[in-house]
Amino acid sequence: MELLCPAGSMPALKAAIEHGADAVYVGLKDETNARHFAGLNLDQAGLTEAARYVHQHGKKLHVAINTFAHADTFENWRRAVDMAVKAGADVLILADMAVLAYAADRYPKVELHLSVQASATNAAAIEFYKQFGVSRVVLPRVLSMNQVRAIARTTDIKLEVFAFGSLCIMAEGRCYLSSYMTGESPNTAGACSPAKYVRWDEADDGTLESRLNNILIDRFAPDETAGYPTLCKGRFKVGDDTYHALEEPTSLNTLSLLPELYKEGIASLKIEGRQRSPAYVAQITQVWRQAIDAVMANPEQFAVQEQWDHVLAGLSEGSQTTLGAYHRKWK
Amino acid sequence: MKFSLGAIQYFWPKQVVENFYQQAADSSVDIVYLGETVCSKRRELKFDDYMAIAHMLREAGKQVCLSTMTLLEAPSELRELRKYCDNGEFLVEANDVGAIPYLQEHKVPFVAGAAINCYNQHTLRKLMSLGMSRWVMPVELSREWLAKLLQQPMVHDVRDCFEVEVFALGHMPLAWSGRCFTARSENRPKDQCELVCINYPEGRPVSSQEGQQVFVLNGIQTQSGSRYNLVNQLPNMNGLVDVVRLSPQLVGTFDWLEKFRANVAGSAPQKLDKNDSNGYWLALAGLVQQLD
Repeated sequence: MELLCPAGSMPALKAAIEHGADAVYVGLKDETNARHFAGLNLDQAGLTEAARYVHQHGKKLHVAINTFAHADTFENWRRAVDMAVKAGADVLILADMAVLAYAADRYPKVELHLSVQASATNAAAIEFYKQFGVSRVVLPRVLSMNQVRAIARTTDIKLEVFAFGSLCIMAEGRCYLSSYMTGESPNTAGACSPAKYVRWDEADDGTLESRLNNILIDRFAPDETAGYPTLCKGRFKVGDDTYHALEEPTSLNTLSLLPELYKEGIASLKIEGRQRSPAYVAQITQVWRQAIDAVMANPEQFAVQEQWDHVLAGLSEGSQTTLGAYHRKWK
Repeated sequence: MKFSLGAIQYFWPKQVVENFYQQAADSSVDIVYLGETVCSKRRELKFDDYMAIAHMLREAGKQVCLSTMTLLEAPSELRELRKYCDNGEFLVEANDVGAIPYLQEHKVPFVAGAAINCYNQHTLRKLMSLGMSRWVMPVELSREWLAKLLQQPMVHDVRDCFEVEVFALGHMPLAWSGRCFTARSENRPKDQCELVCINYPEGRPVSSQEGQQVFVLNGIQTQSGSRYNLVNQLPNMNGLVDVVRLSPQLVGTFDWLEKFRANVAGSAPQKLDKNDSNGYWLALAGLVQQLD
């Protein structure tokens, strides 16, 4: 069972490798990946250096090229694939059928993984994507453990699941809430609730308001921790109640599911967070390395250590974690 | 330019659905999409009921297309999907790529729904090679995006081999989740939802704390808070769009159909409602309403 960690920069990548990642995933500095944020990701030289470093340590480099190509700039996606392969990427994480077809045709020997952005939530969809030669599918964060199990027992393709990090509560790759509010979505621009549309206003009474493209996402009392205005995690009004109508600001944490995921033969556990700091990546990686080693050594006796939960809670949105959709009650 | 009625997105009682399609049969609509696309627990109408309505509509001269579930998670949902794909008579709208292998088995043409991610000419051609005969553009794309895509030689050369359909009236489907937001809004777990969606035939509005309607909850689906309304954009769809889709609303759907028909050439523009939007088509944020 692989531990796959995020890196938005060289220092983060080194932190992941030094703390026990089996593989690291990165993106390029453009709109071809779903974490297209200023100051994040690698250029061609950075990618080459990343591949060299990762390979020196006997680990693998995955490159996410997982947005959907635009009609008039399709070349950029093709170039991203070429660049990643040339730099020495072991794996390409792709979502667009056209980019998949290009990569499969041009580089038949490079391993292709189906990005979570392709939204393959069932065995028939996975069957569909086999025609592009994908060897692994990243499952969206909308499935329950039972549904993950059913897929694992139906398909012969390797599966990767999200283990920890920001929780996307919508089927990824099919959520247009961000472009509805701002004009930019993960699919079209590689970002959800982009930072350039965020505004903070403080009222005279100390109340802090977060806005996205001028729309009020949340209001925080002076004693509350204010979170980034990801639009699905705001407090809105439904009927007479004001609450987190879609989701609380909380992080996904599947530590307690580890034995089950291991038993179902899940090939890889993905940690979300290419936008996070090297220190964050180091701490997360360390905890998950220990946890995976423990479950692999003795799955029957596996128990979540208090200290792991403590570290992870400290690194979570609102200091809260959830099993998300894996746990039926969340739904 | 043809007009279609999309599948009913909300959970309506059987009688209401049947009345709606009786009106559709008597209306000037060209194409009708039928079926449950949001939640497999909504079973007011079963496969045979939809087939009976499909036959009735076909006899009334409508083209019927069976629409299928968008977020497929459970094996039981795939078995149900297969029934629709195997129907043997009617065109099928695939709202998840999982439907495509089933349709390919029968070598029948299909409609690629708006939730299938087709953003460029290469993907469009790929879908055509698999049997797609009509493409419903993702709701977040603009006229400009569509025009650029259709200008690409590899698409332009086969433009008469597929139709382009655009969602043009109604609350837009913007997201699908494992979680049921309507059940959550009533503090019920999804497993014990009691099918509460039936109490919200137009969904449940969600407003910001300043009173701006931002979303509409429709079970596991999140819709736009605004009603998308492209009635005044019809003249600039000429030459690009073959089918204009109206999403069934509890009231007024057929009145709007006539208003749309009347304004195909721009001779009968309509005053938009305060909560109408047209931003996506104009390459702006989806919720924007741009005045002409």
